[in-house]
Amino acid sequence: MSGEGRCAADNTNMTKEEIVSDTTKQAPSPADVASRARPRTASSAASVPTDGPAEVDVAVEVTGAQALVLALEAVGAENIFGIPGGAILPAYDPLLDSSKLRHILVRHEQGAGHAAEGYASATGKVGVCLATSGPGATNLVTPIANAYMDSVPMVAITGQVASASIGTDAFQEADIRGITMPITKHNYLVTDAGKIAQAIAEAFHVASTGRPGPVLVDISKDALQAKTMFSWPPVFDLPGYRPVTRPHGKQIREAARLMATSSRPVLYVGGGVVRGHASDALRRLVELTQIPVVTTLMARGTVPDSNPLNLGMPGMHGTVAAVTGLQKSDLIIALGARFDDRVTGQLSSFAPDAKVIHADIDPAEISKNRTAQVPIVGDVSEVIVDLIAQITADRAAAPADSGEWNFAQWRERVAGWKQTFPLGYTTSDDGTLAPQYVIERIGALSGPEATYVAGVGQHQMWAAQFVRYERPNSWINSGGLGTMGFSVPAAMGAKVAEPERTVWAIDGDGCFQMTNQELATCVINHIPIKVAIINNSSLGMVRQWQTLFYGERYSNTDLQPTTSRVPDFVKLADAYGCVGLRAETVDEVDEVIKKALEINDRPVVIDFIVHRDAMVWPMVPSGVSNDMILAARHEAPVWEREE
Amino acid sequence: MSKHTLSVLVENKPGVLTRVAALFSRRGFNIDSLAVGPTEIPEISRMTVVVEVEGSALEQVTKQLNKLIEVLKVVELDKHASVQRELLLVKVRADAVTRSQVIDTIALFKAKVVDVSTDALTIEATGDSEKLHALLDVLAPFGVRELVQSGMVAVGRGSRSITDRSLRSA
Repeated sequence: MSGEGRCAADNTNMTKEEIVSDTTKQAPSPADVASRARPRTASSAASVPTDGPAEVDVAVEVTGAQALVLALEAVGAENIFGIPGGAILPAYDPLLDSSKLRHILVRHEQGAGHAAEGYASATGKVGVCLATSGPGATNLVTPIANAYMDSVPMVAITGQVASASIGTDAFQEADIRGITMPITKHNYLVTDAGKIAQAIAEAFHVASTGRPGPVLVDISKDALQAKTMFSWPPVFDLPGYRPVTRPHGKQIREAARLMATSSRPVLYVGGGVVRGHASDALRRLVELTQIPVVTTLMARGTVPDSNPLNLGMPGMHGTVAAVTGLQKSDLIIALGARFDDRVTGQLSSFAPDAKVIHADIDPAEISKNRTAQVPIVGDVSEVIVDLIAQITADRAAAPADSGEWNFAQWRERVAGWKQTFPLGYTTSDDGTLAPQYVIERIGALSGPEATYVAGVGQHQMWAAQFVRYERPNSWINSGGLGTMGFSVPAAMGAKVAEPERTVWAIDGDGCFQMTNQELATCVINHIPIKVAIINNSSLGMVRQWQTLFYGERYSNTDLQPTTSRVPDFVKLADAYGCVGLRAETVDEVDEVIKKALEINDRPVVIDFIVHRDAMVWPMVPSGVSNDMILAARHEAPVWEREE
Repeated sequence: MSKHTLSVLVENKPGVLTRVAALFSRRGFNIDSLAVGPTEIPEISRMTVVVEVEGSALEQVTKQLNKLIEVLKVVELDKHASVQRELLLVKVRADAVTRSQVIDTIALFKAKVVDVSTDALTIEATGDSEKLHALLDVLAPFGVRELVQSGMVAVGRGSRSITDRSLRSA
């Protein structure tokens, strides 16, 4: 007879041991334990600073797998992206009983990881992904590395072979803890059921505090199967983890003084402002000081693009105004930014006259690439709030004719650059679609409340340039690692996090073919994202470099002849149960976008056939000074005569 | 480039040595010498790392080490304000004729013989790198058959301890 055929209704005469074939079922279900949870009084709340809803005072006997599920519920996780397999199997059993956790079964672990990142990036909550040992775990490596580079709060949970088999090259064994050491903020190998809840609580704490980042918890199969006592909250054991969040008052005063006496200051805003939820404070600082702002690729939307003081994105494909503003500045106020090589270009010639105020929660970022005259370690939100208070007080105390805080002339100059060198593009000669136009229209028709998630390459740069961002978290992309294939699964995660928002995956045809299997996940789980494939039949960014720097020798960047359809993305969308649309002319663009915006019951995929030779401009060629920025091909800006 | 001695207090947990060593290699810093051992507090281990870097890179090494969750404290020990020692075991060719010469020589270094056979002596010596180099230079003519040397350990001079009370309560 089949064991699983029995159900609770006819088991009244059986002992507990007879009913369950699997040890994981003997203890109470997560829902049972959660229902017993009661608020803890202030006097007994000693250990965990999480906002976890469920707190279980009474220790209950559970399996390690149940402890895992209970801990995930207790830390407030709601959505998990994953795929089961041998070593993680015990965890999937109690997951079935959890009423608080929604598990979304993806098609590839990389999709689970990027979905968790999209989820986290859209909301600031910790994203969770779950995979089995060996290949399941190694498939998470790319998303983990991506989350590390972009400071995304993420917890990756992996099954591991039984502890007795660790080190024997057992089936599906991989040392994922060793593999992910350099790409995680911290990681754990748990072989004791009694340590699972603590590891999960610590992992969420570490992932979401200080500079956010990925934490991996690898749990051996025997630990998931063993019995343990579960109580919540567990005691933390993190004596070496003390992120500094309060900025030093002396540094704040010094920063305010430098700002007051500077004449060409620029606020250089990075992704830390998004992760640190400091956008509102930043807007007040901009309003108060009237200092021009550049928003990096990771910080688009922190200051609205509609604000005249926002010069746009700096860096390799930044606006002329943003790049030049930094180059000519005498003071850079870096907030949650890390002087990445794509921003600075050749470091030795970057902003040669500028002093630097550098605020970051990670002390290791300060003076890593560019020496800071005023280093400020702290939470960027607290730094900005303190700066505003200091500046307000300083100004009130200063005589009216001090001549400080006078940037009118500087603002005029940067406004001139902004006006003279706006972002632009040319249409093609043969009537084929300009990719920039497509992206501009998607942004215009979907509006600032939508979320835009890009892959990596030309389409990513155009999406950063030609969509107007007005709110933080509306722009999600893979900045540091540059992970092609990020878009579709990350958009899926963002849509799960905020189902009411329109979520666009703006993707390239190269990127799309790396992870489009997650369309199946989207269809089955009713996650109606919209995918715009900017289809130029090539690996566009690499092709652009071949055009510019390799004498138009197109080695392995043509994905297919432009006239062919391999694969036919409309048919592919159809095969997945999505709506597939195509646009090839200017007239069709608005029509398909509008049609896509009307469909909310399933994913939509639009194949935009675009002009292959379009290039991303402006551009600072790799390895040279940002002074060498080209507004367009063969078009170097002519500066006003320098003082 | 100059050599710097870092004392790194870490949690006594599996994998910590890998983490620290991997951080050095990943960030492109060279470890000149590494020694790990227990401290007076059972939960805390102490690593002494000698690293060859410039000033700004040293700051980066220290900051990156501090970012590791299991690293509790990083202290640079100045050469002149600390006692620095390495242990050397060396097997030197020495027959009945040369044995007494070798023993006389090592006595100048306060080194001692820890094993003897008909044609060799094993010598134990401690000291800073300079002293041990000097010892090896004078032993070389006799013929060095085997040499093993520990990483450097170091402790600051004076009564202060880097494993202070805040760490003890941890």
